[in-house]
Amino acid sequence: MDIRKDIQRRKRLDALFGVLGLIALMIGVLTFVTLFADMAIKGLGRLDWDFFTSFPSRRAGQAGILSAWVGSTLVMVVTAFFAVPLGVAAGVYLEEYARKNWVTDLIEINITNLAGVPSIVYGLLALGLFVYQFGFGQSILSAGLTLALLILPVVIVATREAIRSIPQAIREASYALGATQWQTVRYHILPYSSAGILTGIIIGMARAIGETAPIITIGALTFIAFLPPSPVRPEPPFLSFEWLLSPFTVMPIQMFNWTSRPEAAFQVNAAAAGFVLVVMTLAMNGAAIWLRYRLRRNLKW
Amino acid sequence: MVRERAIEAVLFLAALVSVFTTVGIVYVLVKESVVFFQQVSIVEFLTDTQWTPLFDDAHFGIMVLLSGTLTSSVVALSIAIPLGTLIAIYLSEFAPFKLREIAKPFLELLGGVPTIVYGYFALLFVTPLLQKIYPELPGFNLLAAGIVMGIMIIPYVASISEDAMRAVPMSLREGSYAMGATRLQTALHVVFPAAFSGVAAAYILGISRAVGETMILAVAAGMQPNLTFNPLEPAATITAYIVQVALGDLPHGSVGYQTIFAAGLSLMLITLVFNIAGHVLRKRFREAY
Repeated sequence: MDIRKDIQRRKRLDALFGVLGLIALMIGVLTFVTLFADMAIKGLGRLDWDFFTSFPSRRAGQAGILSAWVGSTLVMVVTAFFAVPLGVAAGVYLEEYARKNWVTDLIEINITNLAGVPSIVYGLLALGLFVYQFGFGQSILSAGLTLALLILPVVIVATREAIRSIPQAIREASYALGATQWQTVRYHILPYSSAGILTGIIIGMARAIGETAPIITIGALTFIAFLPPSPVRPEPPFLSFEWLLSPFTVMPIQMFNWTSRPEAAFQVNAAAAGFVLVVMTLAMNGAAIWLRYRLRRNLKW
Repeated sequence: MVRERAIEAVLFLAALVSVFTTVGIVYVLVKESVVFFQQVSIVEFLTDTQWTPLFDDAHFGIMVLLSGTLTSSVVALSIAIPLGTLIAIYLSEFAPFKLREIAKPFLELLGGVPTIVYGYFALLFVTPLLQKIYPELPGFNLLAAGIVMGIMIIPYVASISEDAMRAVPMSLREGSYAMGATRLQTALHVVFPAAFSGVAAAYILGISRAVGETMILAVAAGMQPNLTFNPLEPAATITAYIVQVALGDLPHGSVGYQTIFAAGLSLMLITLVFNIAGHVLRKRFREAY
């Protein structure tokens, strides 16, 4: 009879744990729902056209995020310009070209370690190197380069995973037809892995757009009431790169600035800016997850 | 053939960027720290109990900032590790297939929320909530920051632990069930030990995240250096100090400017120790099937 009791007790414990796990999951989910709802309730009232087309102001009611979203967009352009080619090239090298030797091991250990370095340390690197040593100053270029280095491991890892899932037979078929290694990469490996690489790029960019600490560390200003010079000119050569060296602010810094003010009116602005930021990052991450899900379902080698 | 070689060389250089980045980080941190330690002795740096680098009577005791980092990390991890592990075991061993298919991507989404948003939440939602329970709680405190930080880390811990547990071969579970074990017994005595190297890696990643987290603390824990292990007090962490200095207008080359590199170097060394520990743990507890 004792063993019956013991089995009963074990079964109860088992059921209890199931409930406990569900509660733990719900704590995570509900916290996020609360956070989102809190920002939406406080901030939605401020979200109108003017909020996106006004500069920050001393008066909370007139302040907007114009300089912040323009700055964020320009920084992201620089980040993508450097991180995407470098990350994809590094991923292709490690999967398709690298021989098994100590140099490859060194590169792989480095990438693993860099993924674990706190983001603020990248800010210090940028402050010492880009801002002062290279003389880029506290500019869009410095910020873009910093974030590019920060998301490089994400892009590299995604590229490698996408390439690794391509069966060896594809490469052999290409070589059998007389293609060189680069032709195989260019016409087979890259096209077949492009969706997986895109997933990694989107996740990396979503991370970069929300990063605050490294950008503050290089000395981005928190109050910018002007826009960087336009990249397009009416007279030849029509393009200008003056904006690269312009001072700037980005969305998360604008939100930080408003959050740390004591006046409640500015905290409403912070909620509105935070809402925009969360919607943006959620949309990007959601797109990446959806893309990967479709990929897994449709891809059968 | 020349073209093939040239392309390989270009790709190799791109791969080397990660090595250059590490070299760059070490170079910048060490270069500025060397200048700093010519003016401040290492003994003073490690033993002084005050951190007032910008005062006339300057003190440089990293312990003060370290106490803030340590306290907030302990609060965060005491939330993230139990809840993250529970969620991982639940999703891997208990949850119905459909729930897992929804919950996993959702956790990934949570991991993508910018930390400044969590900082806002800690300062303007969690702190007022905690003040209703404990009215003496100051507006800036390590507790609220730590709790929110813990919730932020849950997805990382849960997601990586779950992957590790899912990788345990089904035959081990079947063996356990055949002996009459319940799901809970199987999870705790078979799956968890078998997946321990992966779970430990998840914990280490959580610790690194907590130690290096910046914006939640800069926003919600205050930037006042304070040698304390009491989470109910405000205190600056190493990361919050760097933000505070960067927000101000310190001239390039001053001692104040160099302190942030010394602080950054300390931070780097701490995360390095945990990364190495993680590596050792993984090697030691790796189970091959």
